[in-house]
Amino acid sequence: MRNLAALLSGGLFGIGLTVSGMIDTTKVQGWLDVFGEWDPTLAFVIGGALIPMSIAWRLTNNRKPLAGGEFPPPPAPVIGRNLILGSTLFGMGWGLAGLCPGPAIASLSVGGSGGIVFVAAMAFGMLMAPALKARLDTAVPVAS
Amino acid sequence: MEQDWIWGLVGGVLIGLAGSVYLLVNGRIMGASGIIGGLVDGSGWSTAKERILFIAGLFVAPIFIIPMYREVDTHLTENLWVVVVAGLLVGVGTRFANGCTSGHGVCGISRMSLRGMVATVFYIIAGGVMMIFARHILGII
Repeated sequence: MRNLAALLSGGLFGIGLTVSGMIDTTKVQGWLDVFGEWDPTLAFVIGGALIPMSIAWRLTNNRKPLAGGEFPPPPAPVIGRNLILGSTLFGMGWGLAGLCPGPAIASLSVGGSGGIVFVAAMAFGMLMAPALKARLDTAVPVAS
Repeated sequence: MEQDWIWGLVGGVLIGLAGSVYLLVNGRIMGASGIIGGLVDGSGWSTAKERILFIAGLFVAPIFIIPMYREVDTHLTENLWVVVVAGLLVGVGTRFANGCTSGHGVCGISRMSLRGMVATVFYIIAGGVMMIFARHILGII
C-alpha cells in the first residue's frame, strides 16, 4: 500500500504541477518579478494546495497513517541559521532558473537537455550539503 | 492568460491532494527536496522504494497529459551556467533548510508550522531579490 500511495501521490503532484503551469519557468519567475510583468498564478497554486492539505492535517488527529506507523511529530519551532541560510540560497536558485525540486523532475517529461543539467546540478548540491553543513558547524558553531 | 489563475487553483488542489495521500496513507510529509535528497545522500535508503516510486510518478504522469496541450515549454534559460549555478543553489539550499516549496510551503504552512512560514518568506524574498539583480540589473535571465 505504501508503494502504491507513493506512486499515486507522485503522479498527482506531477499532474498538478503541469496543469497549474508550474513547470513553466516564466510563470514562477513572473510571480517573483514584482518589477516586471507580475504573474499572480503561483499564489493560486499554493492557495489551492493548502485547502486539501489543511483538511488532511485535521484528519491526522487521534489517528494513525493507513499504512501503519506514526504521523510526523511537529518540528521544534526553532528558527536557526540553517533554515534561514538554506531558504535564502534556495530562493536565489529558484529565482535564477524558475525551478524548484518538484517541478524540476516533472519538467523532465517535456524533454530538453537544460532540465537534465539542472537536476544533475541540484543532485550534486544535495550530495555536498551534509559535508558543507558539517564544515560550517565547525567554523561557526550555532544551534541548527 | 485570463484563465491561468483558474488552472493554477485546480493544479494547486491536485498538489494538495497528492500531499494528503502521502500524509494520510504513508504518514510522511510530501517534500520533493527531502524525498530526492534522502536518496542522493543515502540518509533515506531505508525507504528507498517509496521514494523512487514517488519520483517515478512525478516524472511519468505529466507525459500522459502533455499531449492535451497545444504546446508545452518550460522556457528554461539557454544559459547553462545559470542553470548549473541555480541547480547547485537549490540543491544545497533545500538540504540546509530541510525543505522546499512543497515541504515548507504547502505541507508546512497548512500545518501552521512556524518553520515552514519563515522558510517560505525567506525563499520568496530571496527569489524576488534575485530577479531584480539577475534580470533588471545584470540582464542575464
